[in-house]
Amino acid sequence: METITGRVTGVNGNLIKVSFQGSVRKNEVGYVIVDDKRLKGEVIRIANGEASMQIYEMTQGIKVGDPVEFTGELMSVELGPGLLTQVYDGLQNPLPDLAKKCGFFLERGVYLNPIPDRAWDFTPAVKVGDQVEAGDTIGSVPEGIFVHQIMVPFITRGTWTVKSIKAKGSYNVRETICVIENDKGEEKELSMVFSHPIKQAVKCYEERLRPDEPLVTKIRCIDTFLPVAKGGTFCVPGPFGAGKTVLQHLEAKNAEADVVIVAACGERAGEVVEVLTEFPELEDPKTGRSLMERTIIICNTSSMPVAAREASCYTAVTLAEYYRQMGLDVLLLADSTSRWAQAMREMSGRLEEIPGEEAFPAYLESTIAAFYERAGKVRLKDGRKASITIGGTVSPAGGNFEEPVTQATLKVVGAFHGLSRERSDARKYPAIHPMDSWSKYDGVVDKTRVEEARSILHRSNEVAQMMKVVGEEGTSSEDYIIYQKGELLDSVYLQQNSFDPIDAVCPPERQRIEFDRLYDALMTTYDLQDKKEIRGFFNQLRQEFLDWHATYFETAEFEAQEKKIEAFYQTKAVR
Amino acid sequence: MQKVYTEIRSIIGNVVTVRAEGIRNGDLALVGDSYASVIKLDKDIVSLQVFAGAQGVSTTDPVRFLGRPMMVSFSENLLGRIFDGTGVPRDHGPALTENMIPIGGPSFNPSKRTLPNKMIRTGIPMIDVFNTLVESQKLPIFSISGEPYNELLARIAMQAEVDVIVLGGMGLKYDDYLAFRDTLEKGGAMSHTVMFIHTASDPIVECTLVPDLSLAVAEQFALEGKRVLVLLTDMTNFADAQKEMAITMEQVPSNRGYPGDLYSCLASRYEKAVDIDGAGSITILGVTTMPGDDVTHPVPDNTGYITEGQYYLKGGHIEPFGSLSRLKQNVNGRTRDDHRALMDAMIKLYAQYKESLEKKSMGFLMTEWDEKLLKYGALFESKLMDLSVNIPLETALDLGWEILAECFEPNETGLKTNLIKERWPDQEAVR
Repeated sequence: METITGRVTGVNGNLIKVSFQGSVRKNEVGYVIVDDKRLKGEVIRIANGEASMQIYEMTQGIKVGDPVEFTGELMSVELGPGLLTQVYDGLQNPLPDLAKKCGFFLERGVYLNPIPDRAWDFTPAVKVGDQVEAGDTIGSVPEGIFVHQIMVPFITRGTWTVKSIKAKGSYNVRETICVIENDKGEEKELSMVFSHPIKQAVKCYEERLRPDEPLVTKIRCIDTFLPVAKGGTFCVPGPFGAGKTVLQHLEAKNAEADVVIVAACGERAGEVVEVLTEFPELEDPKTGRSLMERTIIICNTSSMPVAAREASCYTAVTLAEYYRQMGLDVLLLADSTSRWAQAMREMSGRLEEIPGEEAFPAYLESTIAAFYERAGKVRLKDGRKASITIGGTVSPAGGNFEEPVTQATLKVVGAFHGLSRERSDARKYPAIHPMDSWSKYDGVVDKTRVEEARSILHRSNEVAQMMKVVGEEGTSSEDYIIYQKGELLDSVYLQQNSFDPIDAVCPPERQRIEFDRLYDALMTTYDLQDKKEIRGFFNQLRQEFLDWHATYFETAEFEAQEKKIEAFYQTKAVR
Repeated sequence: MQKVYTEIRSIIGNVVTVRAEGIRNGDLALVGDSYASVIKLDKDIVSLQVFAGAQGVSTTDPVRFLGRPMMVSFSENLLGRIFDGTGVPRDHGPALTENMIPIGGPSFNPSKRTLPNKMIRTGIPMIDVFNTLVESQKLPIFSISGEPYNELLARIAMQAEVDVIVLGGMGLKYDDYLAFRDTLEKGGAMSHTVMFIHTASDPIVECTLVPDLSLAVAEQFALEGKRVLVLLTDMTNFADAQKEMAITMEQVPSNRGYPGDLYSCLASRYEKAVDIDGAGSITILGVTTMPGDDVTHPVPDNTGYITEGQYYLKGGHIEPFGSLSRLKQNVNGRTRDDHRALMDAMIKLYAQYKESLEKKSMGFLMTEWDEKLLKYGALFESKLMDLSVNIPLETALDLGWEILAECFEPNETGLKTNLIKERWPDQEAVR
């Protein structure tokens, strides 16, 4: 095929204008050639016979007249065995390999193979003459803890017949292992690697299902009060310093998913380094292997070029879809979607589009909705169930949830974990606001009792508000007890110390036992006289619960402490 | 080959345009005798940002393109020197031209960073105990005008153990600049300090170059294995300069007139803070003044999302609320076993003290518990929060326990029983 070429006619920030001859597709990838470097870009608009391209690199040094090569292909990622444990930038460039090649800095115009060039032990799953279509498995290789399925590329159309397939054995990842043919006689050679455009959702499944199974995060406040479902979506908006990233890292570590993809989009590089140093050391409770073996990191930190930031979220979700097609439960954590939206805003400004609210483009909402809709629980063609759960943080300007990105996100997610500055200032972590937040999914504890507990929280909060006006002396003992019960629930159940080795992880079985005990303590009527006695009693009760959190689950101490708690509050209970 | 263009087509704000060919984006040029950089190309029309401002530029002034981007000299000779926002000496010393390096270079590869794990001791309890400063951290001091932020910055600079200090001043009052210089000279730190100073009366474009110059130099020192502390004051002036330039270039403003890329602008500077695998480190302490003490103002707001915490300077002391060091967990687990727990407990109690204080001011009867909190709050503020307190971390922790024991019963503190047994000063009360 003849390559279409063009010439640069203008540069404005990371947007360039190109005049061209021949045909150019919208969203196709092109390269600007500057000296000996090829800088990647994407065509985002064609107007007056000129293509506007956003360049994924710094545009310093580009001059009018520099040649541009168009590839005719949409922005894509490579899919194949070896993705797990990798650290990529937003364009799927492997960062450790880049460091080996270029040293300390991210040199522009260097693009490396995302899939490591190595051999895998291939086992075929089809034979010559079999009919296959997009997403069908033609074989498998063992990748770490999974059986990695080799599939027919997702963009393949129609039904194809297997003409040849390699026997069981070790093959290079890019070697042809299978040849397929369609009824028109066209042939296609398949290797273990294929590419897929990042902005096209993979739809090779039978049907989408309702997300009805909780995704356990081992965070009490979430699993019990604000659950997330496998295949669901949730968002975590919060002002800076409220603990969004810490919360996401906890979820990435402890969530009961098969594969976790962390997309650090426009955030601090230091946070990615934390994941990089910590995860290989940690053990995945499910498999006993290193946590890194189930993790992929897409890292486009705030100082990297803005245009690639926009791509990074799509890169992440496409990788998620790839592993979902293998029947796995994937958790995608995007931090932060606001930076992604800002990248869109910057580009929209350069294109001189008419701005919407706070200068965000008018298509902000539909773009966010389309992204979250790529989550979901599905039934694959072979009957297996698989899911993608998407959790995105939102960084609203000024911590004000009324801003466009938060609002657009709230419209499409199934759970809202709003973080509050008040709670984080008071060191109440996780700083998820228990009353403003909501979830539409089912949790690990019976719903009706959770609602009863939540209503205590509400009433306690009302009493607290009232106390601000009438003072403690103007509050009745009954109200004061309710207030103290709410405080107890907050401090011993909703708050969780993520730096304590025991308390940081609370498995669902433990949550049920702890919730039952707490529920019982909350529903008990107490015979307590004055405020001082009430306060003293609840202080002691809190202390006992905190000490309970410090015991290992399923040990004698754990059971003994529970008995001690029960004995303690029963002394004051009204029978 | 240096071609001279003498036909300036437009002069708007600090931007001039000229017809020229073969010009690269980002290149440096001389307009008259002032430096300028290429910021936009449209066919043969080149837009240039004039550093010294376009005031007095005539349409027939010669424009010479230098064929290279903005650079700064780097060598040991920088130490002890003071420059302005374009790298020209302002201390009457000789101009430096050897070993020129480009500014605003590429971003650091995250996989070559290491996890920051070295504490920087400052002797200020509100920092050491509650929000520990860590080497390679990027941290702003949020402050309102009139607070002693430059003094605080200078004090940290003098006490911190680093190899090189780079001071970037943006929109500094001239006397503030002199105060910095004198403090560092008196403290004997000037010999390992480089200053890039833009004062309030200098051209606005130069203000936007200061962080890039400072960080480019810092980066080179760090690559040589030095631990570098970069002080930037005041980043709000930097953001305002960006705003001014964006608006004159008719960019669509996003929030209160600031350009849509404010976040990226600030991030690409702050993200230069790094602990390099196998070399030195860059720690950035900036000052962000908050117009009207409004933390939701776009500059502090965007900064907060970029930096690893912030120190909130208010009423002459570092506020426990609002102040945060995100990296403290990396170091405070290894200082002393009670550090974390004590820190959390004391802050929680301080939060309750604030509530009691509010109740008191509204005239409510103070309960016994409120009285305890009030006593605690007063002790906390005078013994730990006061900026004049200068004690090592361990002493500050012991002091913390003493304050708690003076005010509360052990079970009122929310601390774990085993820790109380070990550390509570009055052991009688524990049994």
